[in-house]
Amino acid sequence: MIPRSFEYHAPQSVSEAIELLQKYGDTARLLAGGHSLIPMMKIRFAEPEHLVDLGKVAELRGIREQGKELRIGAMTTENDLIWSTLVQQKCPLLVEAARLIGDPQVRYKGTLGGDISHGDPGNDHPAIMLALGASFVLVGSNGERVVAADDFFVDTYVTALEPDEVLTEIRVPVLAKNTGWCYAKLKRKIGDFATAAAAVVLTMKGDTVKEVAIALTNAGATAFRAREAEDSLRGKKFDDAAIAEAARLVMSICDPAEDLRGDVEYKTAMTGEMTRRALRTARDRAI
Amino acid sequence: MAASPDLIEREAALQGLGVSRLRKEDARFIRGQGTFIDDIKLPGMLFGAMVRSPYAHARIKSINKDKALAMPGVTAVLVADDLRPLGLHWMPTIGGDTQAVLADEKVCFQMQEVAMVIASDRYTAADAADMVEVEYEELPAIVDPHKAMDDDAPIIREDIADKDEVSHGPRTHPNHIFTWEAGDKDATDAVFDNAAVTVKEEILNPRVHPCPIETCGCVASFDKVTGQLTVNVTSQVPHLFRTVLAMLSGIPESKIRVISGDIGGGFGNKVPIYPGYVIAVVASIVTGLPIKWIESRIENISTTGFARDYHGIGELAADKDGRIKALRFFALADHGAFNSHVSATKLPAGLFSICTGSYDIPTAYCRVDAVYTNKAPGGVAYRCSLRVTEAVYLIERMIDILALKVGVDKAEIRRRNFIKEDMFPYNTSLGWTVDSGSYHNALDKVLKAVDYEGLLKEQAEKRANGELMGIGISTFTEIVGAGPTKVCDILGIGLFDSCEIRVNPTGSAIARFGTMSQGQGHATTYAQIIATELGLPSDEIQIEEGDTDTAPYGAGTWGSRSTPVGGAAAALAARKIRAKAQKIAAHLLEVGEADLEWEIDRFKVKGNPTQTKTMKEIAMVAHTGDLPEGMQQGLDASEYYDPPNLTFPFGAYVCVVDIDRFTGETKVRRFYALDDCGTRINPMIIEGQIHGGLTEAFAVAFGQEIPFDENGNHLGNSLMDYFIPTSFETPHWETDETVTPSPHHPIGAKGVAESPHVGGIPCFSNAVVDAFAHLGVTHMDMPHSAYRVWQQCKALGIDKHADT
Ligand SMILES: Cc1cc2nc3c(=O)[nH]c(=O)nc-3n(C[C@H](O)[C@H](O)[C@H](O)COP(=O)(O)OP(=O)(O)OC[C@H]3O[C@@H](n4cnc5c(N)ncnc54)[C@H](O)[C@@H]3O)c2cc1C
Repeated sequence: MIPRSFEYHAPQSVSEAIELLQKYGDTARLLAGGHSLIPMMKIRFAEPEHLVDLGKVAELRGIREQGKELRIGAMTTENDLIWSTLVQQKCPLLVEAARLIGDPQVRYKGTLGGDISHGDPGNDHPAIMLALGASFVLVGSNGERVVAADDFFVDTYVTALEPDEVLTEIRVPVLAKNTGWCYAKLKRKIGDFATAAAAVVLTMKGDTVKEVAIALTNAGATAFRAREAEDSLRGKKFDDAAIAEAARLVMSICDPAEDLRGDVEYKTAMTGEMTRRALRTARDRAI
Repeated sequence: MAASPDLIEREAALQGLGVSRLRKEDARFIRGQGTFIDDIKLPGMLFGAMVRSPYAHARIKSINKDKALAMPGVTAVLVADDLRPLGLHWMPTIGGDTQAVLADEKVCFQMQEVAMVIASDRYTAADAADMVEVEYEELPAIVDPHKAMDDDAPIIREDIADKDEVSHGPRTHPNHIFTWEAGDKDATDAVFDNAAVTVKEEILNPRVHPCPIETCGCVASFDKVTGQLTVNVTSQVPHLFRTVLAMLSGIPESKIRVISGDIGGGFGNKVPIYPGYVIAVVASIVTGLPIKWIESRIENISTTGFARDYHGIGELAADKDGRIKALRFFALADHGAFNSHVSATKLPAGLFSICTGSYDIPTAYCRVDAVYTNKAPGGVAYRCSLRVTEAVYLIERMIDILALKVGVDKAEIRRRNFIKEDMFPYNTSLGWTVDSGSYHNALDKVLKAVDYEGLLKEQAEKRANGELMGIGISTFTEIVGAGPTKVCDILGIGLFDSCEIRVNPTGSAIARFGTMSQGQGHATTYAQIIATELGLPSDEIQIEEGDTDTAPYGAGTWGSRSTPVGGAAAALAARKIRAKAQKIAAHLLEVGEADLEWEIDRFKVKGNPTQTKTMKEIAMVAHTGDLPEGMQQGLDASEYYDPPNLTFPFGAYVCVVDIDRFTGETKVRRFYALDDCGTRINPMIIEGQIHGGLTEAFAVAFGQEIPFDENGNHLGNSLMDYFIPTSFETPHWETDETVTPSPHHPIGAKGVAESPHVGGIPCFSNAVVDAFAHLGVTHMDMPHSAYRVWQQCKALGIDKHADT
């Protein structure tokens, strides 16, 4: 439970952080809230020689509204999200998800940027980002690029981030009118990752589904969208049969890893169940 | 007659028996000023870190220390060969077996101790532990105890392979530890052969861990000049610890001082003597420097003092009305690789034979077979009073199963079988004498409080709608307070306990005990007992335990034994003092002793209430020359108490659950716990113990388990997986009581801390199973995690929505 020794760096700016990443190559890791990285270091699963702490980089904090987007600094903590009236009003799904993450300690330290960058399919924000259609600003030695959430999650612990890139900002579209949302998460206890979870963003037009996004947590190697299920709902009447069909389609593409939370069958069934619940709640909130 | 204001005031000033006096320990704990083991820092102290086996069963081919020793700050790397010349590479266990201190040529469980690195700080020690190179040859492992005694089973303990016995009778297989039985087998079999109704069920108590908030650890400090060994240690049994160390090391017991400071929870995890302690002692003797060894959380869950792993088979025989005629219980006990848990010499299966429970069962037989497996050693821990949890779980589950079979309500079947109030003291068919009880009364009170009839009605309606609602009842009898020395000893030392009281001239007092608090609040409650007995305010009575240099010898705190044994010693020691005080009072008042009567805090002359001597006055006189002829100065006494019997607390619990058939999640809607622990010393502390014990029962019932794969690898040994409920998961507890004093205890008190755990676990299980009872389910093994409950729903075909 004691990490290997490492050197600690505390850059004051993103450019300084990038310089350090370039200098130390793959012996360096960025440190945000530390609540994924440090546990891995303690069991010596991760053994970085250099930790580059983003904690003192002021430009990575803050939440603001710009046009039809919320722009959220990568170092914004879960509690910052939960307590932000702007986020509560413009993107309540993010608040709902953040409240379901870890425990109070984790939410004080863990950051939105870290949760996304870690590339863990069990983390909650990746599915939220996919459902919201978010995009990420990545800054590296070659400058800045903006990557859509849909193109970001590559494999377990693998993302579109280059070794010398820093995720600086998360851009989240403000929810449209008549749009409901829900994150339904099944977990064993406070502080646990999802056994299964589904994020839904749903825009209604009368009884019909105008637009829908469904994204799943811990149901495969990365968080992913259930596109066939979305297609089955789009333009259709929202009724029990439609929900059942969407849940069936969701379950047909689940490929969760067995662990103590359950086997493949249970986790698949629970992903279907969470989808049903998220859809119903999102619909109720859309009207 | 109403008591006068003066009497009430004097009584209140004592803060004695029956008062919810605030805990004296809390002032330091809430300020962060407790002294736990890792707070001990001694000059020159070095740190030990363990090198542990990655395999559950393997031969050690070589160990290379060179790289570790070459690291700056590393003092030593100790392996079995280093301890061998001292004869300390193996040690006796308190279960009558021997255990490898450091793996001797082979490892028998994953994470077994292979080497200890001693270094200048814990970080260096951890780094160096990684650099010790051990070459293993993996062997096939036994994880399932049912396979331990197969003909072709690999031999786990080669060191004792040809021994016919390891302390507890003949062995039939190299992986067999003992077979223990109680009751009359032939008579029981005969009743079963002719019974109108019989039921049988396999019932598992899975391997769990008490997981105290503070892990185990020690600081061993040997002074080469004086030859004095001081060990600060998280031990619930400091005196036994010292005796074992003396036996092991050859150091005179008088030169060993064991100090148990504040302990962050024990729950039986801190009773055994662990290899880490012994190696720290050896390392300190060798280096002459203090050595600290502290477990990590993963080490704690994986290697020290687990609980249970009892694979039971319960059988009951009854008449057609559900009156039990005979009981036959078996258990296969997985003790892991060494038989090292606490056990009384004559009771290797502990107090398992309390399994007849609260019921009048004329004929019974039980048998326990204990085996070695390639898992960490242990089995007795966790608010269990030596296998009582397992025993009570079996009977409380089986009586529900019988109720289903004969079609009698689960409350009614209990009433039909209870030991009646006029039958106490009651001799069970397995040899115990249950001291006192009032079972019908307790159950009726609880059923009324929860509106049992209303709950049954609601359940019927819910069932008609396809919803799952369960009502669980548990009416348990515990057995605590080991124990009469004629029945219980450990390594030959009887399980008495002791108290020494010294009253100072100004009327304050200090009392020392052989027990050891780990959160039970002894400093608060012992003082209350003495306050009432002596008429001195409890706030002026200082309680000390845990320092073997000052405390009288005793067997420590486990098995809810402190109040039954230590508390009795306190009352009797105090009575000796009061008897002397009475002589002094008679002398001062110039009357005969028989002319005096005791009133709260003073003696008064019968018929002349103005003629009095308070205990405080007497305390001063006891230190003067104005004493009866021939009497020595001083006002002190000690008592070594060997109880005539154990005590038998009991309770009636009801649990109501709602189950989500689509996810398998269980919501505990209501939990009502009535406990009867005899005389109540401090109701607030009792309630705290009940809350804690119920919460741990909830944890066991709904989530705790130490799982392994088929090669003996741990699958979930950190708090990421191991379930410790937070306030968020924990149900709301409603508590209640009846008071049926123990007739043989000086103040009528019984133990209580284990009752909620022992009685709570079956109550939860009974509620969960009851939710499925109308669908033909008779039993479901713990833990009732959402995943496992969902599997039950799936097996019944009720996990799917109507639209699929
Ligand atoms: C007990 C516990 C329970 C938890 N439960 C949940 C849960 O239910 N749901 C959930 O989603 N998470 C959970 N977590 C994880 C937690 O939310 C983490 O905080 C989060 O996953 C990582 O964020 P962080 O800020 O702590 O990042 P860190 O741990 O510091 O970093 C994580 C990884 O991301 C990289 N990184 C961090 N920031 C950046 C950046 N700006 N640019 C590029 N790379 C970066 C780091 O180099 C590292 O590889 C839990 C953690 C714990 C300890």
